[in-house]
Amino acid sequence: MVDHNLVIGAHTLASRLIVGTGRYDTMEQMRESLDASGSDCVTVAVRRERLYDRTGQNILDFIDLDRYTLLPNTAGCYTAVDAVRAAKLGREMLRSLGNAGADWVKLEVLGDSKTLLPDPVETVKACEQLVELGFSVLCYTSDCPVTAVRLKKVGAASVMPAGSPIGSGQGLINKNNLQIILEYLKQDDPTYPVIIDAGVGTASDVSEAFELGADGVLLNTAIAHARDPVRMSRAMRHATIAGREAYLAGRIPKRLYGTASSPEEGVISTRPYGSSAHHAPPPLPAP
Amino acid sequence: MITVNVNGEIVSIDGPMSIERLLATVQVPTNYLAVELNAEVVMREDYAATLVFNGDDIELVTLVGGG
Repeated sequence: MVDHNLVIGAHTLASRLIVGTGRYDTMEQMRESLDASGSDCVTVAVRRERLYDRTGQNILDFIDLDRYTLLPNTAGCYTAVDAVRAAKLGREMLRSLGNAGADWVKLEVLGDSKTLLPDPVETVKACEQLVELGFSVLCYTSDCPVTAVRLKKVGAASVMPAGSPIGSGQGLINKNNLQIILEYLKQDDPTYPVIIDAGVGTASDVSEAFELGADGVLLNTAIAHARDPVRMSRAMRHATIAGREAYLAGRIPKRLYGTASSPEEGVISTRPYGSSAHHAPPPLPAP
Repeated sequence: MITVNVNGEIVSIDGPMSIERLLATVQVPTNYLAVELNAEVVMREDYAATLVFNGDDIELVTLVGGG
């Protein structure tokens, strides 16, 4: 079976892995890591330019704008008003750069600076306004199914529940909620894109997200702060492919007992306790 | 002389001037910038025709690494 591409709003992505561009030691390391990830979509943040004593490099000199679609975020905003302002500034910037990402935004409205958990009320409010303004809104949210459903209802192009707090590396700490979100948002709408955003610590977390049925994974710190970011980036690429393929292939059900992979007939040895049928253990108590 | 607020800092300029002229004073390629005047985005096409006046709030932003 050939997999279809991840489609979000007007964008068709070749890779299901979206990577961030923050927290790298150097711009060169970032560029190499983006390359190794296999991703064709990268997130960026909108910040005040340090104007008059400009000595630093600009990230735009290190990202091939023909290769990557930029996804500007509203990171650091704590109110719907500020998030909408940041989104509009990002759109104007990408428009002037001629990048395809000008029509979408990763909406992030935080409610707490310690946990970096989103403010659900402000997030829904901002999402509504941005949809009204014509944005495709990819909405960072907690793993709360009720908020996720509400965000889809107000027109989010993708709902992006966190696996765990941003940058925490804890992986998927409430798989049950993520599963419920996937079930609810894809009910009668199986291609609706749900992306696990934030909390990834290592490659197996990415595979796990895809095995649950997520359409994409967005991560940053797990690569940027790995001991060897480029190598971790490559691992994330493989984990994306492995997890998605495993999901499409369909895992076998878990069983309590073993089932032999080799034929049971013609075995040259004898069984120590006779046939298993006569020595079946007592049934388990009903759960 | 008038003063405007640029990225949270008070800056003195000769008098009312266009965004285009204001941007000519900074060392950054203008396509790496987006401009907000009193909390409204100024489109690139309007830089020449948009004037800043005494007390205006201006935000000049760029893109940085982020997740």
